[in-house]
Amino acid sequence: MPELKTTANGTKGAAGGARGAVALWSVLIPALNAAGHTGIFLFLRDTELNPVLYAIVAILWGVVGVYVLYASLNWVVEQYGETWKRRIQPYLFVGPAFALLTWLLLIPTIRTLIMSLQDATSSKFVGLANYAAVFTNRLLLTALRNNLLWVLFGATACIVLGLLIAVLADRSSFERLAKAIVFMPMAISFVAAGVIWKFIYYYQPGDEQVGLLNAIVVSLGGEPQAWTSMTQPWNNLFLIVILIWMQTGFAMVIFSAALKAVPEDMLEAARVDGAGEIRIFFKIIVPFISATILSVTTTIIVFTLKIFDVVMVMTGGQYDTEVVATQFYRQFFMYRNFGYGSTLAIVLLIAVIPVIWFNLRQLRKQGGFA
Amino acid sequence: MMRKSKGRDGRRRGRKGSKTVVNLVLGIICLLWLIPTLGLFVSSFRPATEILKTGWWTVLPHREYVAKEQLQLPKDTDLRQPIEVNGTTYTDDQLREGVKTDEGTELIWENRRARTIDVRELGWRMSTEFTLDNYAGVLTGKEYDIPKPDGTVSKEKGSNLNQAFLNTLTVAIPSTIIPILIATFAAYAFAWMKFPLRKTLFVIVIMLLVVPLQVALIPILKDYTSLGLNGTFLGVWIAHAGFGLPLATYFMYSYISQLPKDLFESAFMDGASNFTIFTKLILPLAVPSIASISIFQFLWVWNDYLVSLVFIGSQPDVQVLSMRIANLVGSRGNDWHLLTASAFVSMLMPLAVFFGLQRYFVRGLLGGSVKG
Repeated sequence: MPELKTTANGTKGAAGGARGAVALWSVLIPALNAAGHTGIFLFLRDTELNPVLYAIVAILWGVVGVYVLYASLNWVVEQYGETWKRRIQPYLFVGPAFALLTWLLLIPTIRTLIMSLQDATSSKFVGLANYAAVFTNRLLLTALRNNLLWVLFGATACIVLGLLIAVLADRSSFERLAKAIVFMPMAISFVAAGVIWKFIYYYQPGDEQVGLLNAIVVSLGGEPQAWTSMTQPWNNLFLIVILIWMQTGFAMVIFSAALKAVPEDMLEAARVDGAGEIRIFFKIIVPFISATILSVTTTIIVFTLKIFDVVMVMTGGQYDTEVVATQFYRQFFMYRNFGYGSTLAIVLLIAVIPVIWFNLRQLRKQGGFA
Repeated sequence: MMRKSKGRDGRRRGRKGSKTVVNLVLGIICLLWLIPTLGLFVSSFRPATEILKTGWWTVLPHREYVAKEQLQLPKDTDLRQPIEVNGTTYTDDQLREGVKTDEGTELIWENRRARTIDVRELGWRMSTEFTLDNYAGVLTGKEYDIPKPDGTVSKEKGSNLNQAFLNTLTVAIPSTIIPILIATFAAYAFAWMKFPLRKTLFVIVIMLLVVPLQVALIPILKDYTSLGLNGTFLGVWIAHAGFGLPLATYFMYSYISQLPKDLFESAFMDGASNFTIFTKLILPLAVPSIASISIFQFLWVWNDYLVSLVFIGSQPDVQVLSMRIANLVGSRGNDWHLLTASAFVSMLMPLAVFFGLQRYFVRGLLGGSVKG
């Protein structure tokens, strides 16, 4: 490509020829790219390749293909004059990301919004009838109530426990180990966590219990219970415990970092003045890290609002444990009611927006991540 | 971290007592946090019949009635009458459930028809039966012989998770690489290139962070149906790429935009183009950030259930681990030998990442906390 540039700066005739070549390239390269990627796309869609080979082709396409797309189109752009290059290049960098986002998030959101105003088969507009139904239908109301329970108990417990463990770890002699243990459940999937806890809640009639919780109950002289099904509405709390087990580690890690930033002389001064540890905690530490507490709270609330996997694996939404996300899945995939399904998704969106918005502002104030 | 807290402790001499309490309380909490995983882990190595008969904690030494000797009653003992054993009389029902004697032993029928009684004594015991069969079962789909209580043996096929493990990798790797590469390009442009609509486009990306993926599922599924992408890896990659993009862009932006300006100026002076600066300068510099967000995205995809459920559906040859396990829970909820082992197989990757790349993982996760 340096050769091309020098010719372009040369005689007029050569410049004209070069311009023609550039025009040719700027049609040819995008066309080749489009053809190549469509080809691979169709190949990957329809091929019956061995899975390992398939994966390798896919990974190559994902890395090399995407890189070649950028590199080749960029090469074309570099052939243009300085002004045009400067004008087009940014869109080349942003373009693919934006195209994907438009197709997969931006337009779908609008389409879902429209579907939420239509009837079950998306054939005619019904105004806000779906929204009215969501807030009156008993099943859907149960889902809303349960989501509220999740947020109320789940988020509160995560914050309180996270803070407690962070403070304790800070003063203990095995801080790193303790933090790793509490944080570990964050790495595993909700499905695996569901299996873990199903085993703890396992119920069988009789005195010999293999589920830990029932074994404890029986050894204390109680009756074994089917925790996740028969103890309505408390069964929701047993599901929430799983969330607490998984998410407390997240709160703890962030609180722990915030606690390290509390100036030691401030605490020392309070101690010299004779303040007790508990008083110091509530009067100095908590106000000092209040911004962190706020952002952790909002993060966990968002997470909790969208809870799906735990409920799906543990109860499938039966026994009055339905939440908005599972009800959404049920409405759409089982009852084929696109109207209710979309409405629930939009309800979720509306519930999440203010919380995340707040969170992003908070993050920006703190100057980005990490 | 450790050194710092030790320094602090030095200044807190005379609080030894309170430190013991702190260690104790924290120790109990850690134990509580570990027990669920530990239970699953231990159980996954126990034989199928043992899992359902005794709790996993019986692998720890515990006190239990153990048969010490056997008594043979006269063959013609009438079970409807009080039964005399060693000078005391018991009823048949008592002996069926086990009855305590004055000497602290327990009597229970060993074989009621043959009129033999076990004399059991409290003793220390631990069950030490361990097996790798469960893992062999979930990994190779080998057949099991499970003795039923009535004496018959039922054959059951384990579930072959190899395929699912491979599928999960096939889904997860491109779903990580594609969005992060695309996002890094976009992040560079947003941070260091001037163009009209830059602010607007960036605000749109940030706004899309709040969209819960449920909102997008139905319309995408409709598009996929018309494109023939349902139940294909390709469809899942594209979906994961789209859902991961806003966060990856934001995450990379917050790093790239904080690089010093001189870096770019001197590179431009040397005549480097944006593309060269990006590939030769920015990408190598951003490796730690890319690692953090990649690990987050990888584990997010690895652990995902909803997206695969919707876009892969019931296609058995493309099913991923989380779906297979969720199906096992539903259809064979009491096959704990399979469930425990498969859950652990699915946890291998996240746990390896967690223990191997903890620093990157935590950073990625903290950044990922705003994911919509």
